[in-house]
Amino acid sequence: MARIELRNLSIRFGAFKAVDDVNLSIGDGEFVVYLGPSGCGKTTTLRAIAGLVDATSGDILFDGRRVNELRPSERNIAMVFQFVSLYPHLTIAENIVFPLRARGVARAEIARKLDWVTGVFRLGDELRRYPGALPPGARQKVALARAVIRDPAVLLLDEPLSAIDEQFREEMRWELGHLQRELGVTTIYVTHDQREAMSLADRIVLMNHSKIVQVAEPDRIFFEPASVFAGQFIGSPSMNLVDLVPVAGGLRLGDSTVVLGAAELPSGIAGHGRPVRLGVRPRDLRLVDGEGHALAVDDTFAVGRERFFTFRIGEAILQGTDHRRAGGGEGRVRFVPEGLMFFDAESGLRIAGGGRPA
Amino acid sequence: MDTALKPRSTGRLMIVGFLSPTVLLLLFMVAYPIFSLVHYSFYNFSALNPDKGMDWAGLSNYEYLLSDSGIWKRFVFTGKFVFLCVTMQMILGIFVGYRLQKTFRGRDLLFTALMLPMMLSPVVAGFLWRYMLNSEWGVVNFLVSLFGFAKVDWLGQAGPALWAAAVVDTWMWTPFIILLATAAFRGIPETIYEAAEVDGASAAYVFFRITLPMSAPVLFIALILRLIDSFKQYDLFVALTGGGPGSSTETVSFAVAKTAFSYFYTGEASALAVILLCIIMGLAMILVRHLSNMGARH
Repeated sequence: MARIELRNLSIRFGAFKAVDDVNLSIGDGEFVVYLGPSGCGKTTTLRAIAGLVDATSGDILFDGRRVNELRPSERNIAMVFQFVSLYPHLTIAENIVFPLRARGVARAEIARKLDWVTGVFRLGDELRRYPGALPPGARQKVALARAVIRDPAVLLLDEPLSAIDEQFREEMRWELGHLQRELGVTTIYVTHDQREAMSLADRIVLMNHSKIVQVAEPDRIFFEPASVFAGQFIGSPSMNLVDLVPVAGGLRLGDSTVVLGAAELPSGIAGHGRPVRLGVRPRDLRLVDGEGHALAVDDTFAVGRERFFTFRIGEAILQGTDHRRAGGGEGRVRFVPEGLMFFDAESGLRIAGGGRPA
Repeated sequence: MDTALKPRSTGRLMIVGFLSPTVLLLLFMVAYPIFSLVHYSFYNFSALNPDKGMDWAGLSNYEYLLSDSGIWKRFVFTGKFVFLCVTMQMILGIFVGYRLQKTFRGRDLLFTALMLPMMLSPVVAGFLWRYMLNSEWGVVNFLVSLFGFAKVDWLGQAGPALWAAAVVDTWMWTPFIILLATAAFRGIPETIYEAAEVDGASAAYVFFRITLPMSAPVLFIALILRLIDSFKQYDLFVALTGGGPGSSTETVSFAVAKTAFSYFYTGEASALAVILLCIIMGLAMILVRHLSNMGARH
């Protein structure tokens, strides 16, 4: 088990800044998920923590001790890679015990550990087979078994589930979360899949363009996104964005006729004095039978039980949820005040709104 | 029904039509010489005066050869030579290949230069080294004398001559192993090495437990080719030692050629060639079977 700290970590590949001045501290036994689009620097950060990539500047600390100069084998970490990294010429059993054999652990101890890990991952039937004979999901299970067999201080997972079938992925995700809590090992998990991040993480580290955008618990990052990017990256279907225009009595949505009045706006936002953008998730933008704004609905459709509607403001298409009773009238659009988030149009940072619903 | 069968039968005819010239050529080029070789080996026959005809000899050519201590001496010498040079070139080739797998400036140039010895004819290489190893004015003894040692008669003594031949063969064929080994090593994905590094394996452990086994099929093919090739080595010895001193550096192939074309005992030479062929084929079969077992795992 270990605490991890990144201090002003920067990593360059030639002229390209892959990681730009990142600071983070991860608690003992914490499950941290790095989330972000491809090329945002999340995998590079993970590889730097593993010691597979050198930090250009800044420090990486394990339990307060600087480990920049330590080789991966000296950091007491274990890692699961995105693509196949099992040794194809070794059986599943030989693969799993490889880290122990490489370190010269005694035979009896190896047998005991193999028994334990085989039980945990239910790999008994596969031990004598070769990796090539296993489906990708089972291979990642073996890779995970190989990673935890020697009680690493830190477990690093680089998109471990991305090459696995959707169906099996759910199951693996659940098992992984369960296992991590049981072992209590400090875990860093990299993914571009927000659902994985939301369901696994104690805290999410959201990255974009080589920088950290926000570090927060899954709930908070959803309800209180730090910026437009955070708001849009997390949540599905994704958050609607509209420019607001100050008019008499409130803020108007783009070039539409809809004006949000004092009842819907947080205090002070109308007088912000700089261009403001509204972010609202489809769940907080509702088509109802009662009170609301009159708007021309573009389209309605259903995804399973949930019904959605869309309307246009200028070029933008906004999506909301349809709460009308079946066979209801035309409906009116309601903006749920607690769900409205206001961002500075220039910096993209959230200036008001958001927060968890009561 | 009729129309459904028709294209299939024409297809079969086409296959036979296209393949038969190749098969006939192959039969003529491979099967006929081997057949006549085996045929001759049962006769007392000299290609020098074919008019004398062929006397049926049964197995007497084989009996004579297998009881002749001179032939056994040549088998032993060939075995020593094969063992020495194949061991040296495999170890050297794998080691250097491992060092050269990373891309660096001038790598292509270096590889081209490395292949030069391989491009020489063994006879040319043999003469080249014969001069370099000349005990009086060869460059090797010149270097030896620079270090204050006495000159060595490299090719005039049985022991050093064996080593000299093995070294020359190694000089010629190590680049071949380097080339294949490098290609095999570069085929191992980088994540495998990263996983091993994270797993705490030392460089030596990685080399012996991952790099070598994972490139084993390719290295094994290289080994098979070198074993077969060095087992029938002939021309290098013609140029380098002429089989001497005495007959101490005569390989089995050398003996076949000498029996056939110096003494013109065609029947006896054929029998010896058949024995050599059987040994090489047996060796190859064992190795190839081992190779396919290896492949089945991956």
